[in-house]
Amino acid sequence: MTEPASAAPAPRSLISDQELARPRYRAVYFAVLTATTVLFAAAFLFPLYWMASSALETPREFAAQTPTLMPKSVHLTAYRDAWTQMDIAHFFLNTVWYAAGGWLIQISVDVCAAYALSKLRPVFGKAVFAGMLASLMLPAAALLVPAYLTVSDLPLLHLNLLNTPWALWLPGAANAFNIYVLRRFFDQIPGELLDAASIDGASRLQTLLRVVLPLSRPVLSVISIFAVVGMWKDFLWPLLVLQDPDKQTLSVALHRLSTSTTQVPPTEMIAGLSIAAVPMIVLFLFFQRHILGGLSAGALKG
Amino acid sequence: MATSLAPRRPGPPAAPARDRPGTRTARHARLRRRVADNALAYAFMAAGIVCFAVFSWYPLVRGIILSFQQDNLITAPQWVGLGNYRHLFADPLFWTAWKNTAEFTGLALLLGYAVPFAIAVLLNELRHFKAYFRVAVYLPVMLPPIVSVMLWQFFYDPGDGLFNTALRGAHLPTSQWIQSPHTAMISLVLVSTWANMGGATLMYLAALQAIPGELFEAAELDGAGIWARLRYVTLPQMRFIMLVLLLLQIISTMQVFIEPFQLTGFTDPSTITVMTLIYRYAFAVNNDFGLAASMSVLLFAVLGVFAALYLRLTREAD
Repeated sequence: MTEPASAAPAPRSLISDQELARPRYRAVYFAVLTATTVLFAAAFLFPLYWMASSALETPREFAAQTPTLMPKSVHLTAYRDAWTQMDIAHFFLNTVWYAAGGWLIQISVDVCAAYALSKLRPVFGKAVFAGMLASLMLPAAALLVPAYLTVSDLPLLHLNLLNTPWALWLPGAANAFNIYVLRRFFDQIPGELLDAASIDGASRLQTLLRVVLPLSRPVLSVISIFAVVGMWKDFLWPLLVLQDPDKQTLSVALHRLSTSTTQVPPTEMIAGLSIAAVPMIVLFLFFQRHILGGLSAGALKG
Repeated sequence: MATSLAPRRPGPPAAPARDRPGTRTARHARLRRRVADNALAYAFMAAGIVCFAVFSWYPLVRGIILSFQQDNLITAPQWVGLGNYRHLFADPLFWTAWKNTAEFTGLALLLGYAVPFAIAVLLNELRHFKAYFRVAVYLPVMLPPIVSVMLWQFFYDPGDGLFNTALRGAHLPTSQWIQSPHTAMISLVLVSTWANMGGATLMYLAALQAIPGELFEAAELDGAGIWARLRYVTLPQMRFIMLVLLLLQIISTMQVFIEPFQLTGFTDPSTITVMTLIYRYAFAVNNDFGLAASMSVLLFAVLGVFAALYLRLTREAD
């Protein structure tokens, strides 16, 4: 993830530019290009458009036999009702709080561990690292039940973390992927740089904060984005550990409202879906290069 | 993984001049220094080790123990030996859940494995709107899964849902989608593929771009047409990533939960999966954590086979 996503532009792909310049191929190319463009818009953009615009319709227009592609008149009522009556505002803020706290804890814990593993190299460091990596191979599903029991009654301390943010934050901090990526990045920071800092009298912690972290900005931003996105999207774990409706995340609350006996008008429900989607879409449009770059880098490393 | 480390050992860079090497004080000072260094390193790692120990390593052991116990969280857990497993094998839902999970995985691979690859090959040849294609295909991946699934729940409405309205408009037969046991499973696969295919597509695309252009050049000079180049250059070059993604996809689709959970619930025998059955045993119907744990252990064993294959594959590549 440290190198730029595409070091050198591929000189050519399956079909060469010369081939494409031939008249027959050109016609086919533009036909395929148009078809793909339209198909992608229909498959991936239209559902989102439908979601945002249906919530602008009146419930009557939404239920009409002949659906309208453009709302006849724009009504923000559904969004307003979703925000206040369905209390989406509350669940939105819950989720923001869980994501922000989870991000901070995850980054602090993982950066410290990766720094120690990479630069301090303690005895048994390799074994500890292997144990952490092994957890990547554990499917989340296999740990679901015992992890739930653990959170409901912490070993030794006998604390119950259910319905508290800690139930999301602490298990989230055990993120082997982050430690792996951070450690690999820290390994590339030359030791002389750290030695220079320590000769200047900096402690290990100061070296981490003033030398290592500023150099690691690219990898930190990728990890931060994936952490926030991961927590915003998470469903099954928060469903189990936050059963108190007041404490729920947006995703879990939307599921609960959709199955509750009190009927929520569909336009209001769809408005709720749109509101839950907006932060992720905004984040994606802003950090597109980080997200897609991180993904491609991951693919090339296997 | 990542075992190719520089053989640098921790320790002081040079002993201070007054501690001549070999003397007792020098050795003591070095030892003290090493202990202090290690203590500091472990202080940095403490929070991480505790989190892994409590939320990853311990639950693994506890899950296996729990699978031999009866535990409802109210009365004290009791040893029941293989009782939970016997109970599982006698439960018709157990076999249905495995059959459905296999069916979901099979269908999801049929669609979700071939389609992203084909799209990636196509996108790699398109010279225009590259950013648009990438953003569009990845947008659904960014949505919270519950949003995608609930959105499709509206589309699937047999009455006025988007799909049936469109089918009616085109004078085609409509479908009951998730409400009929015949089409429920494929409906779950469709939404799951839509929501997840962006990741695989972009990974294939990155791998395609890493194929050296000279290979295509050489094949073309040898008179290979487009199909021949696809067959004899692209496919062999992509073999590794295709295998890796195949294994990862099997591992993740076998854990499918949110699609059946939201769309068809955890009671419908035509779509109950291993994960929704685990949920049902522990949290929804039986309140039987031991039974759910034994089901998890079995799932873990099956997924472990694929995880081991994945590890071997990526190790060989290193």
